[in-house]
Amino acid sequence: MTAITRKPENPIAHLSDADIEEIGARLDAIRQEVVDTRGADDAAYIRKVIDVQRKLELGSRAVLLASVFPPAWVLGTLGLSVAKILDNMEIGHNIMHGQWDWMRDPKIHSSTWEWDNATPSDAWKHSHNEVHHTYTNIVGKDNDLGYGIMRVDEDQRWVPMYLAQPLWNFINACFFEYGIAAYDLELGKNLRTPKHKRSEVFKANVKGTLGKIRKQATKDYVVHPVLSIPTGSFVPTLAANATANLVRNLWTHSVIMCGHFPEGVETFEKKEIPEKETRGQWYVRQMLGSANISGSKAMHLMTGNLSHQIEHHLFPDLPSNRYAEVSVKVKAIFDEYGLNYHEASLPAQVYSAWHKVVRLSLPNGWMATTNAKNLPSQLKLLYGMTTKGPKVRRAAQARLQQQARKLATAA
Amino acid sequence: MTSTAFRAPTTTARPSWSAALRRQARRVAEAAVTPLEVDDVLDVFHPLRRGAPLRGRITAVRPETDDAATIEIKPGADWAGHVPGQYLRIGIDVDGVRHWRAYSLTHGPRRDGLISITVKAVPDGKVSDFLVHRATAGTMVHLEQAAGEFVLPETVVGQPTKLLFVTAGSGITPVIGMLRNLFPATDTGVLRLRRSDDLDIVVVHVAPTEPSSIFRDDLVALDEAGAIRLVARYDDTHGVLDVADLDELVPDLAERRTFACGPSGLLDALEVHHREAGVDLFVEQFRTARVAPGEGGAVTFEQGGTVVEADGATPILDAAEEAGVLMPSGCRMGICMGCVLPLKEGSVRDLRNGEVTTAVPGETDPRGVLVQTCVSAAAGACAIDH
Repeated sequence: MTAITRKPENPIAHLSDADIEEIGARLDAIRQEVVDTRGADDAAYIRKVIDVQRKLELGSRAVLLASVFPPAWVLGTLGLSVAKILDNMEIGHNIMHGQWDWMRDPKIHSSTWEWDNATPSDAWKHSHNEVHHTYTNIVGKDNDLGYGIMRVDEDQRWVPMYLAQPLWNFINACFFEYGIAAYDLELGKNLRTPKHKRSEVFKANVKGTLGKIRKQATKDYVVHPVLSIPTGSFVPTLAANATANLVRNLWTHSVIMCGHFPEGVETFEKKEIPEKETRGQWYVRQMLGSANISGSKAMHLMTGNLSHQIEHHLFPDLPSNRYAEVSVKVKAIFDEYGLNYHEASLPAQVYSAWHKVVRLSLPNGWMATTNAKNLPSQLKLLYGMTTKGPKVRRAAQARLQQQARKLATAA
Repeated sequence: MTSTAFRAPTTTARPSWSAALRRQARRVAEAAVTPLEVDDVLDVFHPLRRGAPLRGRITAVRPETDDAATIEIKPGADWAGHVPGQYLRIGIDVDGVRHWRAYSLTHGPRRDGLISITVKAVPDGKVSDFLVHRATAGTMVHLEQAAGEFVLPETVVGQPTKLLFVTAGSGITPVIGMLRNLFPATDTGVLRLRRSDDLDIVVVHVAPTEPSSIFRDDLVALDEAGAIRLVARYDDTHGVLDVADLDELVPDLAERRTFACGPSGLLDALEVHHREAGVDLFVEQFRTARVAPGEGGAVTFEQGGTVVEADGATPILDAAEEAGVLMPSGCRMGICMGCVLPLKEGSVRDLRNGEVTTAVPGETDPRGVLVQTCVSAAAGACAIDH
C-alpha cells in the first residue's frame, strides 16, 4: 500500500471536482432516506439484540457454574464468547457511535453505554469516533493504521525491528482489548514523556482504565470462578472466561483488520488532504479507505455489521441494521463512478490483511523478488540488512527495489 | 421487610444481620454483572418489580370518543399512589422514539391497583395520537410518581361545601378523577357515599361539540344521580362561553370555591372575573400561550460539550433533542418541571411571557439558575449544565 497520491495510477484521477461533490450529494440523500424512516422496527431490533445477548450471557454463565463437566464447559464457553462478541460489536460499538441516540432512551445511548471491554467507553469514543473516523487512513493521523506499533505503508522506512511485527500483531490480537485500552490512552506517546510532564488528563484516564480493567478481571477471573466452587468448577470456569475473552479478542481483531488493512485499501497522505476537506472529498476518502466482508446475516451480526465497513464509514451514526439495504445503493454509486468497491469473504480479507502485515515487516521489494530458488541468498541479504547497519541497509534496499521494478515491467 | 422494621427506637443504627447479608449479596451480584447494573439484568425478567425504575404496562385502551381514550396501566410495585386531580408523567416510545408527557389521572385510587389516564388526540400530537389510536395492551411505558397541586383540600370532604368546577375540553380529566373518587360508579348506578353527602357541586363543562365531549356520559350520569349539577356548554349549540355568563349559569357562584382546568385563554378570563368578584380560584393550565420570539443563539451543553444553534422561537428542549442531546422532558408546556436544567451562563427567554432569565457566572447561583427548557428559548449564546 502506498498513499493514494503517490501511486502511479491514482484511482480517483478520473473524477472531476464536480463528480466528487455529486457523489457527496447522493450519499447525503441516501443517509437522509434512512434518517427519515428510522422507527419502531429499528428500535425493536436493537432491543431484541440486547435482550438476546443478556439472556445468552446469563444462560452461559449459569451453565458454567458446573463447568467441571466438559459438555457444560464447551457450551458455556461458546455461549459466553458469542455474548461477549455481540456486546462489543453489534451492541457496544454501534451504540457508542450514537447509532441509537435518536431513540432518546437513556439506557441505550452513546452517553451512558458501557461495554464488556477493558477500555472505558469514554476513552474509546474519543480515539475511535473523533480520531479514527475523522482521519480515516491518513498516515500519521489515524492511529488505527497499525496502532502506532506497525509498519503499515511502504513509505515508512523499514528498520529491522519491523521483522517482529507479525508476532506483535498476533500478540495484539490475543490481548486486543488491552491493546485498545493502551491505544486509547496513547500509552506509547505518554510513556515516552517524562513522568512529571504527563498531563493530568492522562493520569485521570489511566486511573479510569485501571479501574475498568480491575472490575472486568474481578468479574471474569474471581467472582464467577468462586461462584462455581460448589460444583468444583473454579478452574474450569476461570479457563472458560479466559477462553471467551481470547475468542472475542481474536474475532474483533480480525474483523477490524479486515476493515482497513487488506491489500488494495487506500491510504492517504496528511499533506494531500485539503485544509478544508469538502463533504464529497471526505466521503470519497471513506469509500476508498474501507473494505467490506461478504457473508451471511449471522456473519454481519457477529461483526457488528462492520462487515459493511464502507457503509459504516460513510454513515457511522446510522443504525447498523440498515447498512445492508444501504450497501446496495452505495455499491451502485461505486460502479457508476468506476471506483473499487472492496469486498471479499472473511477468510480472504483476513489472509489479505495478514499478507500485508508480513510483506511490510520485510524490506520493500523483498517478498516480490524472492522465490524458492534464490531463498538462501535472499535470507542472507535480509540477515545483512538486519545486522549490518543503516548504510548496508540503504544500499540493499535500493537494489531490491530496482529488481522488483524490473520484475514488474517484465511481467 | 425485615427485622429492621421492628428495631427498638432506642438502639441506634445496629445493622441487622440479614440486611448486611443482602448488601453483600448485592455487591457480589454487581461485581458479577459489571459493566451492567443488577437492575439491567433484573429488568430483562421483571420490569415491574419493587426497586426497579418506575414503569407500567398498558392493560387496556378504552375509547371514550372518536379522538379520546382511557388508558389503563398496571404500574410497577413502587407506585406510591395518588390523590385525584394529580397528573402523571409518562414516557412512551412512539415510532421508536421516547417521548414524555403529563396526563391527569382520571380515577381515584382503584381497588384493582391499576391507574388510568384519559387522553385526547390533539392535531399533530405525536404521543396523544399514538396513545388513543395505536397503543395496545401489553405496551410498556415509563412512569414517574403522581404529582400536582390541583387536588381537593382535605377539609372539603365530609364538610358541607359548595364547589364549582369549570372545565374545557380535556380539562375535564383531573376533575373526573376527583368526581369518580367522590361518587364511584357501579353497575347499579352512581354510589352516594356518606363522605360526599354534604357536597354541593356544579360542573360547568365546555366542549366544541357534544359528541367530542370526553366523559359526557359520566357527567350526565352523575347529574342524573343528583351528585352534581351539570352545565354543559357546547360551542356549536351555545356559542363560545363568555366568562361573564357564569354569574347567570351559576347564580350562587360567590358562595362556591372554583376549580378550573382548561386552556390559558379561559383561565386568564376566569382569573380576572374571580378577582373582581373576590372569589377563590384554583387553576390547572393545560395549554400555554406563546409570545413573539426574540433572537436565538448557540446553546452549549457543558457536560457533553455539544453546541446547538437554536432560534428564538424554538424551545431549547426541542432544539437539543433535534441535535441528538438526551434531555429530560415532561409535559412540554411548562407545568411539570420535568425538564428543568441549570442555566450557567447567558440568557433564555420564557416563550409564554417573554420574560428573560439570565445567569452570570460569579453573580448568580454557582450551581446555575434553573430554567424550564420546554418553554425557554435561547436569548443569545448560553450555557446549560447538562
